[in-house]
Amino acid sequence: MTSEAPPHGARALRTVQTFNVGAGIVGLAVLAAVVGPAIAPFDTASQDLALRLTGPSLRHWFGLDELGRDILSRVLAGARISLLVGLVVVSISSAVGVCVGSVAGYFGGRVDEALSRIIDVLLAFPGLLLAIAMVAVLGPSLSNVVIALSLIGWVGYARLVRGQVLRARELEFVQAARALGASTPRVLLRHVIPTALPAVSVQATLGMGGAILAEASLSFLGLGVQPPTPSWGTMLNYGRIHLLDAPHLTIFPGLAIAVLVLGFNFLGDGLRDALDPAARR
Amino acid sequence: MLTVPVLFGVATLVFSLIHLIPGDPAQAMLGETAPQADVDELRHRLGLDRPLLEQYLAFLSGAVRGDLGTSLRTGEPVVGQVASRVPATAELAAAAMIVALLVALPLGIAAAVWRGTAIDASATALALAGVSIPNFWLGPLLAIVFAVELGWLPVSGRGTLAHLVLPAISLGGALAAILARMTRATLLEELREPYVQAARGRGASRARAVLRHAFRNSLIPIVTLLGLQFGAVLTGAVITETIFAWPGIGRLLVQSIGFRDYPLVQGCILFIAVTYVAVNLVTDLVYGVLDPRIRFE
Repeated sequence: MTSEAPPHGARALRTVQTFNVGAGIVGLAVLAAVVGPAIAPFDTASQDLALRLTGPSLRHWFGLDELGRDILSRVLAGARISLLVGLVVVSISSAVGVCVGSVAGYFGGRVDEALSRIIDVLLAFPGLLLAIAMVAVLGPSLSNVVIALSLIGWVGYARLVRGQVLRARELEFVQAARALGASTPRVLLRHVIPTALPAVSVQATLGMGGAILAEASLSFLGLGVQPPTPSWGTMLNYGRIHLLDAPHLTIFPGLAIAVLVLGFNFLGDGLRDALDPAARR
Repeated sequence: MLTVPVLFGVATLVFSLIHLIPGDPAQAMLGETAPQADVDELRHRLGLDRPLLEQYLAFLSGAVRGDLGTSLRTGEPVVGQVASRVPATAELAAAAMIVALLVALPLGIAAAVWRGTAIDASATALALAGVSIPNFWLGPLLAIVFAVELGWLPVSGRGTLAHLVLPAISLGGALAAILARMTRATLLEELREPYVQAARGRGASRARAVLRHAFRNSLIPIVTLLGLQFGAVLTGAVITETIFAWPGIGRLLVQSIGFRDYPLVQGCILFIAVTYVAVNLVTDLVYGVLDPRIRFE
């Protein structure tokens, strides 16, 4: 946030607050992911079948699931899966997207034409649908979820970076670097791509929320993380069966997803406003 | 006109799905324990024993003629099965979009007109919450409150208007949130324009200046977003239909994935993707109506 113009007025303050709230939520989730298993009251696999489906109590704050496992402990462990999937998917997608987008934007011509057509076709698919289709054929597993979400995720970054690079290519300092004889990789890496990074970082932050939501959607449909691994989406999927007699199975994992995604949305919005004060409304 | 190459690309992707199956697709569809004779027969029936290019051309020409093969489970034509589910999904998608518009437009307009007030803050907070709440959580929550606790609405199935309410709200919620944010942002931009002041100067009431002048001009980005989000609505329908046992294409897709009925999976995916492309084309054409300055060659 060092490049941010000094905040002034209630609006700027609210922006900072948005960022702070987002950072707080995400920070807590990261903490839960790192130390969760250590502070969790129970093992995620330990069962108390006599108390299965029991609601929240002093001993089990979030209650117990259909196999008598402590839901709080499993929600804490689920944070690790969600953040891991988000981080890996966003890292792969943004790396591939930045490479493809900068090559398309910088070289233009036939290279751009060909890459842009591929991007158009992939964007013509609703993203999650393609992920569902891929996981359906590859088989449900955590790694296949990551592969499917990365394969659809890079397209958005590529389009964003392509646009940024097209603009940056004509900037004076880029022209100057070329005129001074800098090699193409050097011009791209040192001068062109850095101009796209603020926009990429905003998209990556919002993308974390998107990837977490997508993983949960796939797991909810039974196509993602497989039991007994505690994933919030899988927990919701099993909770659905007990909606009538044990709604707490649905409430807590869903709340965790909503709060974490809200956190990343806050963080992304705050980041965008901080990096581009003109867009602040 | 990018539509034709895009459709071609979409069909190619859907065709390649079956070839992404690890190992022998026919074996995967029938299970590991299936007798070899059955596997060979299925492989032949699906044309998987023919050269790849021949399979591809057969798939494309079939798709153009509306022949996507038969379902492995029921033996019925895929196109017929998908078509029988279209009305349910169309009904749900339309209802979700209506719900979204009914919520988002007043909310977005109020937030822009009373910018910086408590109304704006609560509308913005509501919109952010709506974007973050997954529909596979919102749906069950709505069912817990309105079907289980209050008993006002049915928990699943299709039939009466009452059956439609919960699925439509659950599917339209996120769209409403996104639309409300967009409406607020674009309307704020328009309200700063001199023509709005001019309208006020000529004696137009505030409501008229906002609704007849400013709002009308902010419709283009709203319609664009609505078109772009249609894909999300169709994908969301896959989840919503699963939650509420709504007999649409989304549920058919999830069921056929469960049965490894890949021809039917391909049919559902192709239908959803082609619908999405078509809606985007219609969105582009609607621009011309909304803004006479935009004309297509």
